[in-house]
Amino acid sequence: MTDDEIRSLVLEALAAIAPEADLGSLDPREDLREQLEIDSMDLLNLVIRVHERTGAEIPEADYPKLATLDSAVAYLAARLPRRGP
Amino acid sequence: MSEFRMPSLGADMDYGTVLEWRVRPGDRVRRGDVIVLVDTDKAEIEVEIWEGGVVERILVEPGQKVPVGTVLATLQPDAQAPAAPEPRTTPAPAPVAAAPPAPEPPAPAPPGTPAGREPARTRATPLARRLAAELGVELARTEGTGPGGAVTADDVRRAAGAPAPARPEPAERAEPAEVPRAALSPERVAAMRRRIAAGMERSKREIPHYYLETQIDLSRTLAWLSTENLRRPVTDRLLLAALQLRAVARAAAELPALSGHWVEGGFRPGAGVHVGIVIALRGGGLLVPTLRDADRLDAGELMRALREVTGRARRGTLRGADVSEATITVTNLGDTGVETVLGVIHPPQVALVGFGRVTERPWAEAGVLGVRPVVTASLSADHRASDGQRGARFLALVARTLQNPGQA
Repeated sequence: MTDDEIRSLVLEALAAIAPEADLGSLDPREDLREQLEIDSMDLLNLVIRVHERTGAEIPEADYPKLATLDSAVAYLAARLPRRGP
Repeated sequence: MSEFRMPSLGADMDYGTVLEWRVRPGDRVRRGDVIVLVDTDKAEIEVEIWEGGVVERILVEPGQKVPVGTVLATLQPDAQAPAAPEPRTTPAPAPVAAAPPAPEPPAPAPPGTPAGREPARTRATPLARRLAAELGVELARTEGTGPGGAVTADDVRRAAGAPAPARPEPAERAEPAEVPRAALSPERVAAMRRRIAAGMERSKREIPHYYLETQIDLSRTLAWLSTENLRRPVTDRLLLAALQLRAVARAAAELPALSGHWVEGGFRPGAGVHVGIVIALRGGGLLVPTLRDADRLDAGELMRALREVTGRARRGTLRGADVSEATITVTNLGDTGVETVLGVIHPPQVALVGFGRVTERPWAEAGVLGVRPVVTASLSADHRASDGQRGARFLALVARTLQNPGQA
């Protein structure tokens, strides 16, 4: 997957978890939990959704790497198989 | 024939509005199927039926507000499964669902052509009916493409010349769980605020609260949790909240003095441990769905139930069984960063247990100072129903169970 694909996948998952949130004004470098009022149940649902879409198993120990949109994309990009050359 | 009535979904409900039928006449239903969406002012609630059979007639159309007990639909019960008693997941106080009358002799009419249905009535989905009324489309003249030739919402739109929406309507999707939607309208949030206000006023007016708190070393619990989660698939992972629920439910089963209701000047122990879970909604306000018989569930089952009910609450659509009366309530503010919550009891209950954030603390044990993850558990209890001694024992039980998550 490309970084853009991963980014839209994460945004899609966030939209499903926090449907009333304005994702357009999300700062990709700021803490997601604080911006979207995400709690541990939401975070688990995010991890489950990403898993369902990509097969990625995100261990609990890596949850801190999902803190911001940018860090989540970087983390997933490193874990998911890249497409193309 | 049996009757499906507007259930009482909470002690303070007098009326309910039918929002949407999930079944049509002729449909076969099984026990536990959600058959109608009802608005109670509190929330939209998916109401289950506790009897299997074939839906005969639908008597109350969407949009109608009717008193509790009104017959909403009639059902031809399954001949081989006569009027089963309600399962224990049914709201206890409610004259819920189809009252099991003496089964009539098997009806001559085969399923699908129930006797008494008006022959002229066009088959259509509830959403289609509503839309047809809004758009001024005559259902009888609309070509139906749904199951059995039923008129669907899209058929109505086509007939009206209106474009079909890009996304299917939530009502007609197979899995409503996947529909992202803003949970609550401003009016509903305001109504919820008033209801919370009334409940909390009553609590502080009537209930002499006492408060206890204790700090619990979670080293072993968290170690167990991460080992357990390593071997569980992502979808079955546990949260600490599930273990906390388990600890409270088991303590309540062991010490029933804190789980029940204060009614008419006396304490009435709950029949079963039914735990209310405070779920904060993103738009403000909260819902407190009930997990029935929580003491009989293991951590995995509690986690699944917690995930599902949280999802339903945040979507603003609870199930009938979710809104039955709880015997004790748990609130968890661990995600917000506060260390202690001294909660307000939900009358007529007599206790509420709160959990704060897990923090690392200096901790002395056996003369050795170390750093441990620690959570503060608190108990707000009704002094009319119990004394501090009891309350302290209760919290000690919670701590012990929480520290031994692997113990059956």
